Amino acid sequence: MLVFLVKRLLNAAAVMLAVGFLAFMIFRFVGDPVELMLNEQASQQQRDELRVRLGLDKPFVMQFATFIANAVRGDFGISYRNQQDVFTLIVERFPATLELVMLATFLSLVVGIPLGVYSAIRREKPLAKLIQFVSVLGVSLPSFAVGILFILLFSVSLGWLPAFGRGQVVQIGWWSTGFLTHSGRLALILPAVTLSLFQITLVMRLVRAEMLETMRTDFIRFARARGLPDSSVHFRHALRNCLMPVITVTGLQIGNLIAFALVTETVFQWPGMGLLFVQAVTFVDIPVMAAYLMIVSAIFVTLNTLVDLTYALVDPRLKQDAIAGGAGGR
Amino acid sequence: MAAETTRFARFMGSDLVYSFRRSPVAMVSLVLLLVLIITAFLAPLIAPQNPHDLKQIFIDKAELPPIWKKDGEWPFILGTDPQGRDVLSAILYGTRISLTIGLASVAVSMTIGIAIGLIAGYLGGSIDNILMRIADTVLSIPTLLIAILVSAIFRGLLPPALRDPFAAIILVVAIALTAWVQYARTVRASTLVERRKEYVLAARIIGVAPWRIMRRHILPNTLTPVMVAATLNLGLAILSEATLSFLGVGMPITQPSLGTLIRIGNQYLFSGSWWLVVFPAIQLGLIVLSVNLLGDWLRDALNPRLR
Repeated sequence: MLVFLVKRLLNAAAVMLAVGFLAFMIFRFVGDPVELMLNEQASQQQRDELRVRLGLDKPFVMQFATFIANAVRGDFGISYRNQQDVFTLIVERFPATLELVMLATFLSLVVGIPLGVYSAIRREKPLAKLIQFVSVLGVSLPSFAVGILFILLFSVSLGWLPAFGRGQVVQIGWWSTGFLTHSGRLALILPAVTLSLFQITLVMRLVRAEMLETMRTDFIRFARARGLPDSSVHFRHALRNCLMPVITVTGLQIGNLIAFALVTETVFQWPGMGLLFVQAVTFVDIPVMAAYLMIVSAIFVTLNTLVDLTYALVDPRLKQDAIAGGAGGR
Repeated sequence: MAAETTRFARFMGSDLVYSFRRSPVAMVSLVLLLVLIITAFLAPLIAPQNPHDLKQIFIDKAELPPIWKKDGEWPFILGTDPQGRDVLSAILYGTRISLTIGLASVAVSMTIGIAIGLIAGYLGGSIDNILMRIADTVLSIPTLLIAILVSAIFRGLLPPALRDPFAAIILVVAIALTAWVQYARTVRASTLVERRKEYVLAARIIGVAPWRIMRRHILPNTLTPVMVAATLNLGLAILSEATLSFLGVGMPITQPSLGTLIRIGNQYLFSGSWWLVVFPAIQLGLIVLSVNLLGDWLRDALNPRLR
């Protein structure tokens, strides 16, 4: 177990180092930082001073080491665009994105699981076939287009829901939440539904596939032979056995959702870190881009590693494989 | 000639064609897709207007609604934008750009992925280890993020005057760099199985060069899953292109793809010109839907367990 743990952690560290290298390359080579930070009238002496202050005169490896050391301490430098500390900027925006992602995840489970169960146990009903078809439609329509169509329908035509922004937020410590005010909750509805649509189809398809698989197993046949009512067979026996992969995939998808939220945030002008990133890309604000890449990747890698470790705890076969595989096995 | 006919006859008698004939969904989506492709590539001949030619655009025809609404005018069936461009023509030309970028990025990522998968699977050892580590790293960053960053980096490296002409190539590279991993993994997995079989051993014994074994002997036996992945990835690639263009790191306004059209239309959302967004979005949805339905059918048709 210890071998497996160490291997997984080393792996995660290696991936983060690779991402850090990518971020560093962007920082260092896409546009000259000195040129971007000073205005055109700056003298050669000012340029040289800034070059020394940023450490750009040191050898390449040293620069990379400094970059990583700073990043670990949460120091990603100063935003070129609004001259603020990048880490503070991102932390300020983080609650908006996380609330959106959490609500979307919640919606995907609450809607996706029942739809998946229904289309698995009533496979031949027309409604189940319709759900299947709609789920293909769900992965075919790009989420930004769906978001815009929602705005057209619910904001422009009907005027029921706000089309942009977060509404009123309440500050709790450093966390700002939109759940506590009426306008904040209203503003959450459209972005969260838009973000969750893809996720709903994913959960639904997964639950359906797992249910169909489980319904063929012997213990379900045995449960039926015992004369248990359908509801008990479907929900207490079959569904329970499907939930493990559903929870794993949902957990893994949170990282993807945080990244994908940048599209939703752009559509709804939602003041999260995705919108910050998209604006940084447009203005070539490189410290913000590099920091966002590293933070989102860190979340992603942490979730992946946690899921792998949980699996190893739950499923002893994986542990054996990892140990037997040794250094050569992947 | 005779060989050609028998080959065609053999294809028509195959399980694949049989399953296609029995699947109305697959037939409808193939017809729909063909119609969309043909109209897009014939755009210069059939579109009412060339939206890139300023001589054909009249500013007094700006922001006309679709033809079935009051104030709609022939031949602007789906209305016009605030510059007087015909929406239908812009969609046809935009579809051509979207499809070209989608197909090109699938071709590029498939080539990279197949090559890496074959090399990793056949040669094994430390080459395999390094290549698969790279693949793992790419997989550990969300794909959309990679595509945006690659696109932003190339745009940052190019002087502003060159950004627009190279926009399509940058997009193809950005999308291909995120998508090759899936092909590489599929091909590597089948190569690992194939390379232990007798026919490969026989080829090695008679002294066939490794690259020739990979290309002529192993590759054809790994292509079935690649075909399915390529079809489903075409839908994804078209969506990625549209998303990047919508975010402003894709096709410029001078050569609008469907994503760019939606981005432009989005600015007029509150002025009531809904047709600028709705029709490009429907077109995009139809393309991806028909590709996805075909991909789903192909996956089931080629899966021997479902027969």
